[in-house]
Amino acid sequence: MEPEVRLLDENKRRLDGRAVDELRPIKIEAGVLNRADGSAYLEWGGNKVLAAVYGPREAHPRHRQDPARALVQCRYNMAAFSVSDRKRPGPDRRSVEISKVVSEALGHVVFKEQFPRTSVDVFIEVLQAEAGTRCAGLTAAAVAMADAGIPMRDLVVSCAAGKADGTLLLDLGKEEDNLGEADLPVAIVPRTGEIVLLQMDGHLTPEELETSLKSAIDACHKIYEIQKDALRRRYAVTTEHGGAPPPPKEPETEADTPPTTEEPKPEEVEAPEPVVPETQEGE
Amino acid sequence: MAVKVVSELTRNHIHRLAADGKRVDGRGPDEYRPLKIEKGFVGSAEGSARVHLGKTEVLVGIKMDFGEPYADSPNKGVLITAAELIPMASPDFEAGPPREKAIELARVVDRGIRQTKTVDLEKLCIEPGEKVWLLFMDMHILDYDGNLFDACSYGVLGGLSNTIVPASRLEAEDYPLEIQHQPLSVTAAKIGNAIFLDPSLQEEQVADARLTVATDENGDVRAMQKGLNGSFTFDEIKEIVDRARKAGGELRKQIVG
Amino acid sequence: MVEKSAGRELVVPGDLLGTADLKPGMGTFAEDGKVYAALLGIKNERSGYINIVPLSGRYIPRPGDSVIGMVTDRGPSHWLLEINSPYPAPLHVNEVPWRVDYGDTARYLDIGDILLLKVLLVDETKRVVLTMKEHGLRKLTGGQIVEISHSKVPRVIGRKGSMISLIKEFTRCRLFVGQNGRIWIDGDIDDVHNTISVIKRIEEEAQVIGLTESVKSMLEEMYGPSPVE
Repeated sequence: MEPEVRLLDENKRRLDGRAVDELRPIKIEAGVLNRADGSAYLEWGGNKVLAAVYGPREAHPRHRQDPARALVQCRYNMAAFSVSDRKRPGPDRRSVEISKVVSEALGHVVFKEQFPRTSVDVFIEVLQAEAGTRCAGLTAAAVAMADAGIPMRDLVVSCAAGKADGTLLLDLGKEEDNLGEADLPVAIVPRTGEIVLLQMDGHLTPEELETSLKSAIDACHKIYEIQKDALRRRYAVTTEHGGAPPPPKEPETEADTPPTTEEPKPEEVEAPEPVVPETQEGE
Repeated sequence: MAVKVVSELTRNHIHRLAADGKRVDGRGPDEYRPLKIEKGFVGSAEGSARVHLGKTEVLVGIKMDFGEPYADSPNKGVLITAAELIPMASPDFEAGPPREKAIELARVVDRGIRQTKTVDLEKLCIEPGEKVWLLFMDMHILDYDGNLFDACSYGVLGGLSNTIVPASRLEAEDYPLEIQHQPLSVTAAKIGNAIFLDPSLQEEQVADARLTVATDENGDVRAMQKGLNGSFTFDEIKEIVDRARKAGGELRKQIVG
Repeated sequence: MVEKSAGRELVVPGDLLGTADLKPGMGTFAEDGKVYAALLGIKNERSGYINIVPLSGRYIPRPGDSVIGMVTDRGPSHWLLEINSPYPAPLHVNEVPWRVDYGDTARYLDIGDILLLKVLLVDETKRVVLTMKEHGLRKLTGGQIVEISHSKVPRVIGRKGSMISLIKEFTRCRLFVGQNGRIWIDGDIDDVHNTISVIKRIEEEAQVIGLTESVKSMLEEMYGPSPVE
């Protein structure tokens, strides 16, 4: 069955000019929101996605608390205006499913046992959707979690491969997604190669599946570098106005070693002399 | 989740400053936080504006579609306003259907637009009684540090002012949506006896009363909403309206100009 | 260049920190004989341990920490304190300097009160016990609170309290720094404002080498070269 629209030209170039194994442009910025404990903004082709993390914080409702570990709970949501036909606000079955698989993927890398009875709440908001919003959202969420200081084994990174116009393609675009034959979103833990999210729909031979999976995983490793770069840029900014005198032998306040005690006691530091009399407080 | 408790210490501090006409962040009584508007941020919407008002951030998307008119106004397009206080924006916002705070916000912003006839709904009629444009104004709150009324009001006006009517779906040419008026809200908070414009979250949390005044480009009043448990005197209302007209004029230049 | 934060190595979760002889310390984990970063932060080796000094994250209470908490609720024999950590912390009537009869907690501390406290105990499920019994612990009145990331607290205090002394020397404000990132400041209104700007600068530039010098010149700009005696 030949699609009406040709998705590839005779040179195997795609509608947006990409090669079959080429990613759309990806840009990530960490730490973009004020209220959240951690956040990230990501553009991936025509996708614009924000991710925010709150926590670890006391899990609500209480009966959901796990006495042994933290919950990692993600809520994926699409803004009403993020798609060409306005989407009704609020969760639908699709977004509930995505929230679930993304929570599970992210939960795999968090040191959950360090924070019993809490939850790490991850919010993904799709502001503008093209195709592959769950991959974009998950990739942004991992950056937001690191930005929030959540202890993790590694980041998680996601990318899809698929098939359209009879050809295996990396990172399906909008038309490829709509008209294509198969879609295979994947997320991995890059350091170990573990696959922590995998969905597929369409039609692939076992050989095609293997090739697609491999190509999605390779792409994940590239995106991983963009994630790490975003996190480094966020905190490297602070160095600029400091000039760069040679680093002292040790930072000013960290204490001596062992894992348990790190910083010196705060020794609360009441000013010796009440230059300001108490009464002035009420002035 | 419970309403966030504000410490007595912070409350006293803000009140003490207010008694001297001073604010926690050093602003003047009528001084707005830095306002930044980025129009056309969302490509999938017919119009959009991303607004930063200090540390508050909202994204407004305008979507257009066609549908049936209401029976009592067969020759008018339909205006639909919705606000989502998504849990991303604040640890105090919960997921779920809009609660009263979101509904009030959407309705107050809607009134400013509707009452001024910012958009001429009759021009959004395609076939009387059969087919009209539906104009959706969706306000997505991303970061909450106070004064959502104004941030959303500016976002909606900014979004409408770059909306393109997708008439090509009806085999006509796309055209920019015509904006007839420029209503803008200005919100005041009363703390003790002081009245400050553009309250921050901290100020909102300790405020006794709040008043939102939407004025148009002529300085006429087009929508108002008083909120919170406290009260205003007659003279205070007059004073706020006066200050809102002035501040509105300045802000209008930044948003539409 | 971006890898270094003014000469210190910035790492992200999953980064390999070393092998063999280094022992995994704070913010790290070991796997297959290798040590990796579990946190976004600055790498730091000390006495055979490799640690990550975090740049963000929630405050996790540890015994002995001084913290500034707010009363959010009360029961007949305790108050519940919000201490900026994932865990709400009870303050039992036995841990306050007064004799409080059962059911009489409201007479002593009210919801919204700000207290200077010490973390007495943290059990393995992270349940926290607070105390207000030690010397200097009390209800704070007047002044105001600023919040910073708890990870920047050591920088605000400085080595052996050097940074805080410097600030106080110039601004003459009274200060308490809670390990949970809350700082109480009291003094003349302009001095308090100056103190807050200095603290915000320290928070922003916590990673910068030569921070003390930069803070000192900031204070000198505000107050002139030598502090008032």
